[in-house]
Amino acid sequence: MEEKQAYQKDLESIRKLMERSVKFISLSGLSGILAGVYALLGALAASFLISPVTYGATSDQQIIIQLLGIAVVVLAASLVTGFWMSSRKAKKAGVKFWDATSKRLVINLAIPLVTGGLFIIILLLSDHVGIVVPSFLIFYGLALINASPNLYEEVRYLGYSEILLGLLSAVLPYYGLLFWAIGFGLFHILYGAVMYKKYDA
Amino acid sequence: MKNPFENLDKMLEHRVRLQIMSVLVANESYDFNALKELLDVTDGNLATNMKALEKEKYISVLKSFIDRKPNTRYKATERGRVAFKKHLEAMEELIKQQRK
Repeated sequence: MEEKQAYQKDLESIRKLMERSVKFISLSGLSGILAGVYALLGALAASFLISPVTYGATSDQQIIIQLLGIAVVVLAASLVTGFWMSSRKAKKAGVKFWDATSKRLVINLAIPLVTGGLFIIILLLSDHVGIVVPSFLIFYGLALINASPNLYEEVRYLGYSEILLGLLSAVLPYYGLLFWAIGFGLFHILYGAVMYKKYDA
Repeated sequence: MKNPFENLDKMLEHRVRLQIMSVLVANESYDFNALKELLDVTDGNLATNMKALEKEKYISVLKSFIDRKPNTRYKATERGRVAFKKHLEAMEELIKQQRK
């Protein structure tokens, strides 16, 4: 009898180990919420520069550079918060933050993101401003799906949502700012809240 | 009724070896140092068990150089995957019998 209970325990620990060797489980849900808040603040700042409706028609170089500046600040703040909170969560759980799993995660995220980043730079240089926001959303969604085996399963659904939203915003290019606020703001807050409730709290 | 204990794999009844196999089955490949950190075992302990699994042809070894430092990666072979699956099924079978 006791031996059999030992098997059960072994089996459980093996399953956990398999998951831990593939998944980066330290990702903090709270950092997702904060990333969403930063994105909304960024969208708010951008709305002072342009009205959401004229977004697609903007060809003013100065404004485009300012908008990109806002996007870079939002991205940097989200990354710093994500790293900081996730490393804290890892420390609390007594696992290593930077290991083979997190390295693989970064690579899987980086491939679609770097491709998308270069693609967006090309779009901007060739004055295709109207599809910059759709490209942001679509490549981000693809990155999430690509990295989801190394993250929580739910990340895949966030990825699908971002892609659908990106396609929709490509059909309605004049509402770019609004779609940006939904995709990076609202979705992150909703998703982060669900993750926080499920895994952190 | 046959004895489910018979289906347990002697090679995998060892805790560290079962852990190694579980990581290698779940991942495409894994390197020695990462495995050592993940399992929290000593160099010697891991190396000995790796050798045993290699000898049984449950894993294959890929040696290469990264920045001129030797790097050893391991992969589960098809034989190893089958053995791991069978062993886990045998464990599950044992647990099921306990519930009856």
